[in-house]
Amino acid sequence: MLTLRLYMLQRITALLMAPLVLGHLAVMIYAVQGGLSAAEILGRTQGSVLWFVFYGLFVVAVAVHGAIGVRAILAEWGGVRGRVLEGAMWLIGLGLFALGARAVWAVTFGGLT
Amino acid sequence: MKAVINRAHPLWLAHVLHRLSGLALALFLPLHFWVLSLALTDPARLDGFLALTDQTVVKLAEYGLVFLLAVHMFGGLRVMAMEFLPWTAPQKTLAAMASALSFLIATLFFLQAL
Amino acid sequence: MSMSTLAVTIERSAGGQTTFKVPAHDNQTVLDVVSWVQQNADPTLSYRFACRVGMCGSCAMMVNGVPRWTCRTHISKVLEGNAVTIGPLRNLPIIKDLAVDMDPFFDKWVAAEGVHHGALTRNDPIADIDESSAARVTANAGIECINCSVCYAACDTVTGNDAYLGPAALQRAWTLLNDAKDEGRVAILDAVSGVGGCHNCHSMGSCTHLCPNDLDPMTAIAGLKRETAKTVWKRGR
Repeated sequence: MLTLRLYMLQRITALLMAPLVLGHLAVMIYAVQGGLSAAEILGRTQGSVLWFVFYGLFVVAVAVHGAIGVRAILAEWGGVRGRVLEGAMWLIGLGLFALGARAVWAVTFGGLT
Repeated sequence: MKAVINRAHPLWLAHVLHRLSGLALALFLPLHFWVLSLALTDPARLDGFLALTDQTVVKLAEYGLVFLLAVHMFGGLRVMAMEFLPWTAPQKTLAAMASALSFLIATLFFLQAL
Repeated sequence: MSMSTLAVTIERSAGGQTTFKVPAHDNQTVLDVVSWVQQNADPTLSYRFACRVGMCGSCAMMVNGVPRWTCRTHISKVLEGNAVTIGPLRNLPIIKDLAVDMDPFFDKWVAAEGVHHGALTRNDPIADIDESSAARVTANAGIECINCSVCYAACDTVTGNDAYLGPAALQRAWTLLNDAKDEGRVAILDAVSGVGGCHNCHSMGSCTHLCPNDLDPMTAIAGLKRETAKTVWKRGR
């Protein structure tokens, strides 16, 4: 159920995310020392264009990547086909993007100020 | 079920691990995003959630998530190396290295979080 | 040695399984065991074989859930205790008992453009082929396929996606793509880029793991992925 175009999107987003995941893992390992707090997270991310771009890119890539990945699972393990499959893929992709974009917006421009 | 076990082999297991870790991450992400969005709507509640992360059970769950993320990334890099690079023979070694590295990173995370 | 018996369970298309007691011998293939059942215990048992020496590709069956060429699989290799379960190949429609309909397998072979695309006529001189060229070496790696469908039955992607062309057909497409005598490049790349194309492969490698001729369809499919990916950049999309 994967065409060349979906395959390329899947691989391109994967390559894009490899350094982002490493960065994210590094931040997590660093950030959890001494416990997590909202103030600590927001202190790092608020108003920072760099973090906005970093996690903004991450959200776009993960929405595309996750939607295509779950599509393959729905098709192969769930037997979903045709329009339902296309619809599910778009729903998952747009849903992940919307939730992710809201989260990035929240930690960059929202919150405690 | 017995037939599936009989057919199993290292690369097949690597594929199943990659698929399950990806699915688990896709299911976790909406929750993750929602919690972070609380920074916008309800900062006090965000702190409440983050306070949860001090508990051992939640720490173990986080350990699992970090492992899933690491294993999915290294597993994916393994697949792409196999697809795009000319060297293909040491596939099983790559698969083993991917899981080992993932465990390493997740354990590092766990130790830091203690 | 040959006094003992084997418990051979065979899956029947009428539903259910039948277990037969088969005399054990030192030298005995899975196909020998199935043949003994058909000749001595149940003449209604249907199965398929021809050459008995691993050339024709017609005797593949599921043995304890694993697809194998039964004529070249020694029974001692697959026995669990003294028992073995034999069923029809996975991922193909069953005709009767152990005989499956191979049409989908061969239809996909053609759908993957696994046919010769010639440009020369009988009046042209025979083109020289450099046996040591990289492309020829790549093509040679996949040409010993006997169409036994073991890889097709091994592949979980085929199980989950009836449109998927499968390892054997895609490997054939890859050998033709690397064959200097074949002119079907555009047709092949198009054929392996559709909904059932090479991009569905998840590199789980059961095809390569179980190919009785030690071929490597997974790597061949990876080659198709690379070649089709290149066309994306060339077309600018």
